[in-house]
Amino acid sequence: MPTTLSPRERTRRARTGAGSRSAPVPLLAPALVGILFLVLPLVGLLLRAPWADAWTSLRGSAAGEALRLSLWTSTVATVISLLVGVPLAWLLARTVFPGQRLVRALVTLPLVLPPVVGGVALLMAFGRSGFIGQHLDRWFGVTLPFTPAAVVIAETFVAMPFLVVTVEGALRAADRGFEEAAETLGAGRMTVFRRVTLPLIGPSLAAGAVLCWARALGEFGATITFAGSFPGRTQTMPIAVYYALEADPDAAILLSLVLLLVSVAVLLALRDRWLRAGSAA
Amino acid sequence: MRRPALALVTAVAGLALAACGGGAPGPGAGATGASATRGTTTAGSPTSDLSGDITVLAAASLTESFTTLAERFEAAHPGVSVTVSFAASSTLAAQIADGAPADVYASASATTMDDVTAAGHADDPVVFAVNSMQIAVPPGNPGDVTGVEDLADPAVTTALCQPEVPCGATAAQVLTHAGLTVRPVTLEPNVKAVLSKVRLGEVDAGVVYVTDVLAAGDDVEGVEIPGAVNATTDYPIATLSRSQHPDVAAAFVDLVLSPTGAGVLSAAGFAPR
Amino acid sequence: MIDGLVVDARVVRGAFTLDARLRAAPGEVVAVLGPNGAGKSTLLSAVAGLTPVSAGRILLDGQVLDDAGSGAFLDAAHRPVGVVFQGLRLFPHLSVLDNVAFAPRARGAGRARSRAVAHDWISRLGLVELADRRPGALSGGQAQRVALARALAGDPAVLLLDEPLSALDARTRLDVQGELKRHLSGFAGPSLVVTHDPVEALVLADRLVVVEHGRVVQEGTPAHVARRPATEYVARLIGLNLYPGTADGDEVRLDGGGTLVVPQHGEHGPVLVALRPSAIVVSPHRPDASSARNTWPATVAGLTMLADRVRLDLVGAPSALVDVTPAAVAELGIVAGGQVWLSAKATEIEVYQPSAPTAGPQP
Repeated sequence: MPTTLSPRERTRRARTGAGSRSAPVPLLAPALVGILFLVLPLVGLLLRAPWADAWTSLRGSAAGEALRLSLWTSTVATVISLLVGVPLAWLLARTVFPGQRLVRALVTLPLVLPPVVGGVALLMAFGRSGFIGQHLDRWFGVTLPFTPAAVVIAETFVAMPFLVVTVEGALRAADRGFEEAAETLGAGRMTVFRRVTLPLIGPSLAAGAVLCWARALGEFGATITFAGSFPGRTQTMPIAVYYALEADPDAAILLSLVLLLVSVAVLLALRDRWLRAGSAA
Repeated sequence: MRRPALALVTAVAGLALAACGGGAPGPGAGATGASATRGTTTAGSPTSDLSGDITVLAAASLTESFTTLAERFEAAHPGVSVTVSFAASSTLAAQIADGAPADVYASASATTMDDVTAAGHADDPVVFAVNSMQIAVPPGNPGDVTGVEDLADPAVTTALCQPEVPCGATAAQVLTHAGLTVRPVTLEPNVKAVLSKVRLGEVDAGVVYVTDVLAAGDDVEGVEIPGAVNATTDYPIATLSRSQHPDVAAAFVDLVLSPTGAGVLSAAGFAPR
Repeated sequence: MIDGLVVDARVVRGAFTLDARLRAAPGEVVAVLGPNGAGKSTLLSAVAGLTPVSAGRILLDGQVLDDAGSGAFLDAAHRPVGVVFQGLRLFPHLSVLDNVAFAPRARGAGRARSRAVAHDWISRLGLVELADRRPGALSGGQAQRVALARALAGDPAVLLLDEPLSALDARTRLDVQGELKRHLSGFAGPSLVVTHDPVEALVLADRLVVVEHGRVVQEGTPAHVARRPATEYVARLIGLNLYPGTADGDEVRLDGGGTLVVPQHGEHGPVLVALRPSAIVVSPHRPDASSARNTWPATVAGLTMLADRVRLDLVGAPSALVDVTPAAVAELGIVAGGQVWLSAKATEIEVYQPSAPTAGPQP
C-alpha cells in the first residue's frame, strides 16, 4: 500500500541517496529506552544542583586540586597504557605462544574484577609489605601506597584492559594485506608496525585511549584502596565526590558536574581532532 | 591473652541473654514489656508474638557487637529476622535522608543522630554506649609507636578517618588535646578502612576506636591513649519513624539497652553510658 | 648460473598444495593463467617470500631465495622483488608520493632521497599532479599506475603482478593493459603476471604457464596454447571445443562419447581433439548432402548472446559450443530444449598428443 512522501523527504532521499530515515519500531523503542535510562540520572544531577551558590560552594571545596590530580594522573595512566598496552595487544593479536588464551584472560581480568579487589591485589604486590613492595621499600626506600604514583598505578591497572581489548580487536580486524605489501617493499617488522599497522588502526587506537582515559578518570575503588585519600596528593575527583557526599551532598553534586563537564569537553575536543580525521582516512 | 578473655565475656553475655528471655523487661516500650511478661508465663522457652523483618543501620564500629545482638534477638524471637547494615554513621544518615527502608539507626556520633532527628526521621535517641580512641599498629609495631606523640613523627605513617566521619572528628579532638600536628598519609572513608590499612601493614599507625582494636584480635596491636588526652564519642540509638514494624524495632532497641546488650557491648570494648 | 627466476618447489598453504615448476628469463613476461583457486596467488606469495616453500627451491639469478633442502630463506623484506597485489593494497594513510617512496625509505634511503626516487617514478608514470592525493581519491587506472610505480621504486630484480587489471572497468582495462605492456617490456628482469583472463595473458605475456588444481598443466607461447589447449579449462577460456579421446587412424573415439573423423595423422592412442565453435554447422534436420564427414544430433541446453553472435550450448555426443548469427537462430527456429543436427568438416579439426607440461628449469 502506498504511503505519502512529503516533498521535503523526497528531496532529502534524492540528495543523500539514502532510504527511509524512520527507524523500525522494534529498534526505535529500545533505543529510546536506552537514551532515557542513560540520560535521566544526569538530568537528576542538573535538577538538584544548587546553582545559586555554586561558585562559593566550589571555591570552598578541594575541587580544584582534586580535578588537577585526576586529570594528570589519568593522562599519565593513559600514556603508560599506550606504551605497554599496544605492544601487548599486538602480541595477543599477531603471535601464537603457549598459554596465550590464559594470558588474554588474565590481562582482561581487571575488567570484571571489582576495583576494590584490584586495589587490595595491588597492595599485596606493591604495598609496603607486598611481595614486591617490601623489596622496593627495603632496597630503594620506595613506598608506593599513598603517593600520586599509586594513583597512577591503580588507574592504569583498571583502565589498561580497555585499551588492550580495543586495540587487539582492531589488529585482528585489520587487513594483513597492507602489512604484506610493506614487507615486500623492504620494511622490517618494526617498520611495518610503525609505518603501516599503527596508522591503519589509528581510529581504534584513539578510541581505546579515550576509553582508557575515561575509565581512569572515573576510577574510585582501586585508587582509594591502594593509594588512600589525601587532599592534593591522592584524593582524586571521584574520591572527593564520595567524601563530599557525606558532609555536603550539594557540593558533591557540583563536583560531579564539574567532572562531567571536563570529561565531556575533553572527549568532544579529541573527537573532533582525532577520531573524525581517523575515520575519514 | 585477649581471646580467652573475650570468650569468657561472650559466655557471660550468653547467660545474661538467657536471663533476659525469662526475666526483667528493659526500660522503655510497653510492647516489649508485654512480650517479656508473656515470655515469663511460658517458663523460659524463647517464644514471642513479635513477627516481621527489620533492618538496623549501625555504625561500622558496631559490626561485631551488633552482629552478636542481632543473632541473640532472632534466637529470642523466632518470627523475626534482623538485617544489619554497617557503614560510616554519616553514610547511613545520608541513606536515611534519601529514604532507605530501615527500622533502627545506631550512630557513632550525636551530631549525625541530630541530623536524622532534626529531619523528623527518628525521635528520642538514647545513648547506649561510649567509645574512646586507641592507636592501632601492625603486629610487631614496625613504626615503634609507644604513645600518641609518636604520631607527629614524620617517619611514622599514620592513617586517620576523614574529618567528616565521627572517628575522624574524634581523632582530631585527641590530637588537639595532645597539642600535636599530625600529617596523615591518608584520610579513609570509615574506621574499618583505617583498620585494614593498619592490618595490611601499609601504615605504621591508625587512630581508631578501642572496640576496633579489640575486634581485630591478633591482626593489630593497641597502643593506649591516656585518659587526659583521649576523647570519647557517644553512641545514640533510635527507632526510625518510617519503620514498618515499630514494635519489633523498639524491642531491638530495648535489647541493646538491656543488661544483655550492655554485656555484649562491654565485651566488645565499649564503656557503659 | 642460470639467469632469471627459477621455481621448482612445493608450496603448502593450509589444505592447499601447489607444485610449481617454472622459469622466467630476464626481460621475459610470463603469464600464470588458471582458474580461481588453482594456486596462482600461492605461487606469487612463495616467490615474494610471504609463504616459505615446503620442498624444493626458488632461485633468482643463481641466488637462493628459498631452499627447503638447506633451510636457506631470504625473508620478504630482503628479496629484490616488486609486487603489484590484487586489489593493489596502496597504503590508505599515505599520499601517492609517500606510497611510492615507501620502498626506498624502508630500504634505508633518507627521506629526501626517497622522495626524489619516488618523484622520478611518478613522473615516468604520469602521476606528478596526483602526488599529494590519498589513494582513496584516485581512479582505478591511476591507482593501478601508483601500485606499479610503488613496486618499481624499490628497484626490484623480479616483478610480480597479481591480477593487475582485475579491479578496473572494461574501458580503463584496455588503456591500462597497453600501458602495462610497455612498462613490462621496459623492465630488465623477469616478470610474472598472474591472471585468470586469457586475453590479458595473451596480450601481456611472452609465454603462458597454465596452472590448475595446484599443478602446471601447460606451458608455451600464447599462439601455441591457443591453438592446442591441453585442458578443457584452457579450451573453454579460448573458446575452443576440446575432447580427449583415443585415435585409431582417421577416427577418434571420444572419452565422453561419440566418434569424430579427423584429418589423417597416423596417430594412435590418447589424443586431444580441438574444434572451433565457428567450424560447426547447425541444421534443423539431418543434413543429407553434406560434404562434412561428421554429423550428429544434439539438444540445445542454452543460448548466450555474445558481441555479434549467439553461442549455443549443445548437449550430444560429443557436446559442443557453437557460434551462430542471431539471424540464424531465428531462421532455424532454435529454442532451448530443441533438437538440432551438427556437422563439422574433418579438415577443421585439430588433433594432437597431450604433451606433458614441459617447461621449467632443466639445470
